[in-house]
Amino acid sequence: MMNQKPETIEGAMTEYVTAMIGDQLFGLPIARVQDVFMPERLTRVPLAPDEVAGVLNLRGRIVTAIDMRARLGLPKAETDKPPMAVGVDLRGESYGLLIDSIGEVMKLPDDGREDNPVNLDPRMARMASGVHRLDGQLMVVLDVDRVLEIASDKLAA
Amino acid sequence: MDDLLREFLTETNESLDVVDNQLVRFEQEPNNAKILDNIFRLVHTIKGTCGFLGLPRLEALAHAAETLMGKFRDGMPVTGEAVTLILTTIDRIKDILAQLEATEAEPEGSDADLIGQLELMVERGEQAAAAPQAPSEAAEDTAGYQVLERPLRPGEVSLDELERAFRETPADVPQPAVAPPEAAAQPPAPQPPAPQPAVLEKPKPAAKPAAKAQDSRGERKPAAEGTSGEGDRVANQSIRVNVDTLEHLMTMVSELVLTRNQLLEISRRHEENEFKVPLQRLSNVTAELQEGVMKTRMQPIGNAWQKLPRIVRDLSGELGKQIELEMHGADTELDRQVLDLIKDPLTHMVRNSADHGLETPEERARCGKPEQGTIRLSAYHEGGHIIICIADNGRGLNTERIKAKAIANGLATESDIERMTEAQIHKFIFAPGFSTAAAVTSVSGRGVGMDVVRTNIDQIGGTIDVKSVAGEGSSVTVKIPLTLAIVSALIVEAAGERFAIPQLAVVELVRARANSDHRIERIKDTPVLRLRNKLLPLMHLNKLLKIDDGTSSDPENGFIVVTQVGSQTFGIVVDGVFHTEEIVVKPMSTKLRHIGMFSGNTILGDGAVIMIIDPNGIAQALGTSVAAQHEIADENAAMRAGNAEQLTSLLVFRAGSSQPKAVPLALITRLEEIAVDKIELSNGRHMVQYRDKLMPLVQMEGVSIGTSGVQPILVFVDDGRAMGLVVDEIVDIVEEKLHIEVTSNRDGVLGSAVIKGQATEVIDVGHFLPMAFADWFSRHEMHPAASSQSVLLVDDSAFFRNMLAPVLKAAGYRVRLATNAQEGLNALRSGQDFDAVLTDIEMPDMNGFEFAETIRSDQRLNAMPIIALSSMVSPAAIERGRQAGFHDYVAKFDRPGLIAALKEQTGGIDRAA
Repeated sequence: MMNQKPETIEGAMTEYVTAMIGDQLFGLPIARVQDVFMPERLTRVPLAPDEVAGVLNLRGRIVTAIDMRARLGLPKAETDKPPMAVGVDLRGESYGLLIDSIGEVMKLPDDGREDNPVNLDPRMARMASGVHRLDGQLMVVLDVDRVLEIASDKLAA
Repeated sequence: MDDLLREFLTETNESLDVVDNQLVRFEQEPNNAKILDNIFRLVHTIKGTCGFLGLPRLEALAHAAETLMGKFRDGMPVTGEAVTLILTTIDRIKDILAQLEATEAEPEGSDADLIGQLELMVERGEQAAAAPQAPSEAAEDTAGYQVLERPLRPGEVSLDELERAFRETPADVPQPAVAPPEAAAQPPAPQPPAPQPAVLEKPKPAAKPAAKAQDSRGERKPAAEGTSGEGDRVANQSIRVNVDTLEHLMTMVSELVLTRNQLLEISRRHEENEFKVPLQRLSNVTAELQEGVMKTRMQPIGNAWQKLPRIVRDLSGELGKQIELEMHGADTELDRQVLDLIKDPLTHMVRNSADHGLETPEERARCGKPEQGTIRLSAYHEGGHIIICIADNGRGLNTERIKAKAIANGLATESDIERMTEAQIHKFIFAPGFSTAAAVTSVSGRGVGMDVVRTNIDQIGGTIDVKSVAGEGSSVTVKIPLTLAIVSALIVEAAGERFAIPQLAVVELVRARANSDHRIERIKDTPVLRLRNKLLPLMHLNKLLKIDDGTSSDPENGFIVVTQVGSQTFGIVVDGVFHTEEIVVKPMSTKLRHIGMFSGNTILGDGAVIMIIDPNGIAQALGTSVAAQHEIADENAAMRAGNAEQLTSLLVFRAGSSQPKAVPLALITRLEEIAVDKIELSNGRHMVQYRDKLMPLVQMEGVSIGTSGVQPILVFVDDGRAMGLVVDEIVDIVEEKLHIEVTSNRDGVLGSAVIKGQATEVIDVGHFLPMAFADWFSRHEMHPAASSQSVLLVDDSAFFRNMLAPVLKAAGYRVRLATNAQEGLNALRSGQDFDAVLTDIEMPDMNGFEFAETIRSDQRLNAMPIIALSSMVSPAAIERGRQAGFHDYVAKFDRPGLIAALKEQTGGIDRAA
């Protein structure tokens, strides 16, 4: 991480954990991902923002589960397939981003990342920090910090 | 941050707090060389360390202060002015330290002003001391004592000090390792300067370890105080541990507790297994470990008091009052987290005592009190709680001013206040925005007041109470739980989800079932429970949390968790109650913290995460008004039940017209909705079969019984007879001050009152009762009259109290209610003025005749007109009444007769009119 900047110039690579949400492939910088787990015994939190799916116990830590579909403005999943969760940390708190399925880890060159298309859905654009063109599909790079900008802005509104 | 610097900051801050206190003590006992010694050494250490770390500003300041203190040690008289100057210097040092902590660099700036003053003080002291003593001094110190022409520069050591250091050092040199404890063990020496300071000064690089050794000893010092040798040995057994380490330990223990709970849960499911015994052992060990770790988080409350002596000293200067601060039980321990939260409230209350409580010396002298006022702080344990008391022997709370302020703020009306006891009035100080300081002073009365204190205390599940005796002083008592990290909680279920409710707030559990005494009743949509003659507001947890799935709650069944927050009591209706469990409170995610209903979350024994309900949040959701008001209302429950002047629960309904009508809720026995097809017509009157009896129905003017559906009915029961009043619609239940503003000549209407901002007709139940039973009592025209005369009404039947109070009020009397003769006597003897007493005859304990005889035999009261109210009007009874001393005897239902009798006895309003 520390020496990422200089490397960028010589075509640095970033590793992404990829995930499917809806029909879209997303990538999360691997440095931000703590773990990937199956969310079990999710406790819903009354009065919580829609994006908060609930809280759960992950090895003794309380993890706040974020419903990525709700966050991205996508409809609820139709299948009964249990979701997966990508564990991330923000300022000492643990979050689990609920996704449809987890994909492989991809190492991609930073200079292959393109800016968000201007016509990208504004909801998604707010949380995306670029797009990678892969074979046959696009991978949207998620900015974890912005994904987790939830309750506070909601309160202000 | 540099480790060295961080350590320096921690140690110096601690040292400075000690210096603050010691200086205040020193000012009071200027001859105590030991205290001076302590202070000197602490400041000296700070100076030395600053020099070592290259902090010139701090060093210069510390040095200047030290020089002045050195003069004290040499016999310069200790003046308040000089101490203030040193304290100011210490404040400056603290400021610089704070910036140092933030920026890791000493801030720019000059302290020439302070240093100049300090030096000036030193010079003045020198001159004063030099004048008379000059000859002898010169003789003694020919060896080389020189009075420098200029003050010492930062870092410089006066020659005599060096000299002395050289003279004394050798004694310590052979065993430098043990030097610190030994030095501390030294008796207050005639040659006070401890050897170390001087030694320190010389080779600077070597100074650091010595300085550190001293530092740690210095901060131990206050704990050790007098028993120096013993104290030091104890102190040597303690080590400094980073708070983070402790917090981490606590977290791990919490995890262990959770895992233990989990194992116990599993074990519970398998009856017989070999894990039982070791599990039991694990459970015990865990419990002990938990207790042990909790102990490490405990800190003496004295830590929160540390700054108070200094504050009080400054205040006494600022306010021109002489104040002594007594502290008892400073070693009482409580959880660090709790300690942090009560620090500010405590400081605020001490300020209050100094500012509002204590009088000026002149005032005190005039009252025959010693000029010096005392603020007394004490703390002690009591059953899982800590009680902290802040008392002063000042003037006490100014009841009159509180009254005026309460009225001005609209917290109560004048007539409410008239009825309150002093203690009740005093509780108003906890109402938001309440400050009685006539003028806003810099000390207190900054708009933040006791309400803020109360809020803080509430937050940690504590309670607060105030007592005051005019002229004698006042005291505030705070009760707080020992710890917040692990609490006992009741696990409940609502809409299929589990929640934890902290046990501290839970008063009792009530199982509500249809057809039982504890039945959830509904007033329009508001569920209530009659519990021991009190109406308990209920909240369905699933509605509150908006998780009502519609499947669960049977409207009349359920568990009611009776919860108390401060003085407010309410019921939380849940679908199920499980068990209590020791839960580890974990903070909620920042994304959820805005939800006021929860105070945190926790992991249960079975591994599930559940939310912890915050009773404060629920209380707020209930939208009730100032807690203080409630407290007063609650304490007065018996009185309140019928007292029309105070908050009265009113049922608002519509009947006949669009204008809302109201009736005191206490008069109504039940609310029913009766299917129209059940209503029968018998002998020209509407009847309904109700609880195996026929109940006559009375229609209010303009109300017609529908042809289908259900009809809302207000049921009044008295003496086994029930009557139903048919209305169109039940609107709401409100708590209002019933103040009938316009009396009415219309039958069945007492008058109009403004209820929830709307003109509402208050109906006269008395008008309708005889319509159901002709003999209930007869109704005549009322003659309202304006008067401010006050009447004491004594009746053990809530029904009649409720019925008569509005009647009397409507006739223009102020009414005080008493539920029995004894209460009546108390009211009469309380000094309140009454123009007449109305009393029932048949009452338990003391009947009306005895009551009258007691009044007659009381010299101060024997002229009081007494009117008997009775349902048994016989010549014999009237005769008996005359003997007892009744002025008049009126049948209970003869209200015109009653009003007439009252007028006659209270000195003829008619004559006046």
